[in-house]
Amino acid sequence: MTPTMTTAARLAGLPAGLDLAAADGEALHPEAAAESPLSIRGLTVSYGEKPAVFSVDATFPDGALSAIIGPNGAGKSTLLKAALGIIPRLSGEVSVFGRPIDAARARIAYVPQRASVDWDFPTSVLDVVSMGLYRRLGLLRRMRSEERAHALACLERVGMTDFADRQIGQLSGGQQQRVFLARALAQGADLYLLDEPFAGVDAATERAIIEVLKSLRAEGRAVVCVHHDLSTVESYFDHVFLINVRRIAEGPVASTFTAGNLQATYGGRLAAGHIEQLRLGGGTA
Amino acid sequence: MSDLLAALTLQAGYNAALVAIGAALLGFAAGAAGTFLFLRKRALVSDAVAHATLPGVGLAFILMVALGGDGRSLLGLLAGSAVTAGVGLLLVEWIARRTRLAEDAAIGAVLSVFFGIGVVLLTVIQTMSSGRQAGLESFLLGSTAGMLYLDAVVIAVGGALSVLAVWVLRRPMTLVSFDPDYAAACGYDVRRIDLAMMALVMAVTVIGLKIVGLILIVAMLIVPPVTARFWTERAGRVIWIAAGLGAVSGYVGAAVSASAPALPTGPIIVLTATALFLLSLLFAPARGVLAAVLRHRRFQRRVHRRQGLLALARGELIHDPLTLSVLRRAGLIRADGVATEAGRAQAAKAARDEHRWEIARLVNQDTALTGRYDGLTPIERVFTADQIAEFDRHLGPPRPVAGDAAGA
Repeated sequence: MTPTMTTAARLAGLPAGLDLAAADGEALHPEAAAESPLSIRGLTVSYGEKPAVFSVDATFPDGALSAIIGPNGAGKSTLLKAALGIIPRLSGEVSVFGRPIDAARARIAYVPQRASVDWDFPTSVLDVVSMGLYRRLGLLRRMRSEERAHALACLERVGMTDFADRQIGQLSGGQQQRVFLARALAQGADLYLLDEPFAGVDAATERAIIEVLKSLRAEGRAVVCVHHDLSTVESYFDHVFLINVRRIAEGPVASTFTAGNLQATYGGRLAAGHIEQLRLGGGTA
Repeated sequence: MSDLLAALTLQAGYNAALVAIGAALLGFAAGAAGTFLFLRKRALVSDAVAHATLPGVGLAFILMVALGGDGRSLLGLLAGSAVTAGVGLLLVEWIARRTRLAEDAAIGAVLSVFFGIGVVLLTVIQTMSSGRQAGLESFLLGSTAGMLYLDAVVIAVGGALSVLAVWVLRRPMTLVSFDPDYAAACGYDVRRIDLAMMALVMAVTVIGLKIVGLILIVAMLIVPPVTARFWTERAGRVIWIAAGLGAVSGYVGAAVSASAPALPTGPIIVLTATALFLLSLLFAPARGVLAAVLRHRRFQRRVHRRQGLLALARGELIHDPLTLSVLRRAGLIRADGVATEAGRAQAAKAARDEHRWEIARLVNQDTALTGRYDGLTPIERVFTADQIAEFDRHLGPPRPVAGDAAGA
């Protein structure tokens, strides 16, 4: 195993060569975990007896764009959902900015898969974005004009201002994805977790979304995406986490997104020709 | 007719007025509380809850008689029904979450078992010496004959509390109905919100037992929100439109049933709500059946008109009777199928626009614009006049279209 140093370790000022991507079950350096916007230890999720995610450790760096990558059915989305408590986990610890996740909910924004909701639901685009403010508004307080302006500003960031009053069912797939992103932006979170934000969207939307994610990084926020398009990993992301039920590798894209690691993650499912097209180095897991 | 008018204006006697006001309040509460049940796509859970009230009614009667009471106290019976309805609700939730059975199977099981137990208890009560005049079977379909002032107060207070709870919980319930995963990620306890939603439905069911009865209360919870959905695209408005429709149904239904001797209140209220539903289903402006049919026909005619014009331009024969009729009615062809002056001009334009689109795809690389080609959107709406002039320079001068459809 090649020692890799994550951006988190670098930010934490830890000595070079410290191996955060250690064997599973091995304790992480406590200071590095405390710095991390999202740190997962020993996470296991199982449907029946067959584990979907098994004993996974992951530490995502702050102020960076991270991708969770793996084949279909490898547990990418499951990892994210279980970390957030959307689906029950069999075991595992999740901390967000060094605190238990339930104490840090206000700092997390989640963007679910587009297909997970009924788009015929009676609601307008601006209403959906306003849902990002519900926690702050509580049960009774009415939305004030500055909060409305904030929601509109978030729509502006994803280029959807003209659609504010549309019923959400009239939007195209890419527009729906942008509205979901705007809702997350409205929360003003420090950690953004996105489940396949680029799946089935048009080229213009993909550009708009990656611009927003990069601007979040520039503001020093952490972004973690479940991602499936290997050809864009190097241009979009700083950090990758490779998973196939178990963790395969994690670290900076330059040193971790290698042909050897991809082969280990995808096995025979990824043709050698496909990996060649990516023109990667030949490092091993 | 004057009887109905008297009932509608609360002039048909004290009892009739009480029932009409009580039914309107119940309809308002049921419409509001049922909205989120409908939006969460769990409408039939309310059916299980409603049927699970019956054993509670029987058990409460037996208990009250055993304690030496009257046994017919409405508050006592409602409290008993709430207890077993709550048990039934938790059971549905537990079966769906903890076993491999889906929610529909859980609903079917709970509904039939609880209703069966309830019927057995009512039969036992019939044989008790004090049970002869209990009249508990009126809870099945509702009975307003002996409605008291106190009963109306129970409905008014219970209904007002339910509506208040819907208003307070509107944000979490909207979030959970639309996107439960996101709600959970934000830290909302989805299971508790779902239970609160169902508890509200249970409360409305219990206070509605007297007027509508447990078999038909489901209609009061579901039909008004479904009707309201035809008229708005906003969840917040669905609540209040549904409440309004429920109130109107309750009031009008109660008045109609009071105006004639043999009309049962609960079923008439439900039929009134159903009439409003049917009207909305057919005539609602955007989502109604009629509007959808008209939209589809308009679209079909536009497609046929374009097909026909292109056929004229190419000098092909047209056989499709709809295409011929569309062209004839628009004055584009004569009765014998020969293109008119206007028809030739429009055919030439349609053919030219097709060529322009082809050029547009070659010249213009922006797929966001060329992707809008559907054969129906006029090219002028996508490209500027300058761009179209540019395409025309590639095309050369327009070609005229020959006189008749055979291209002679």
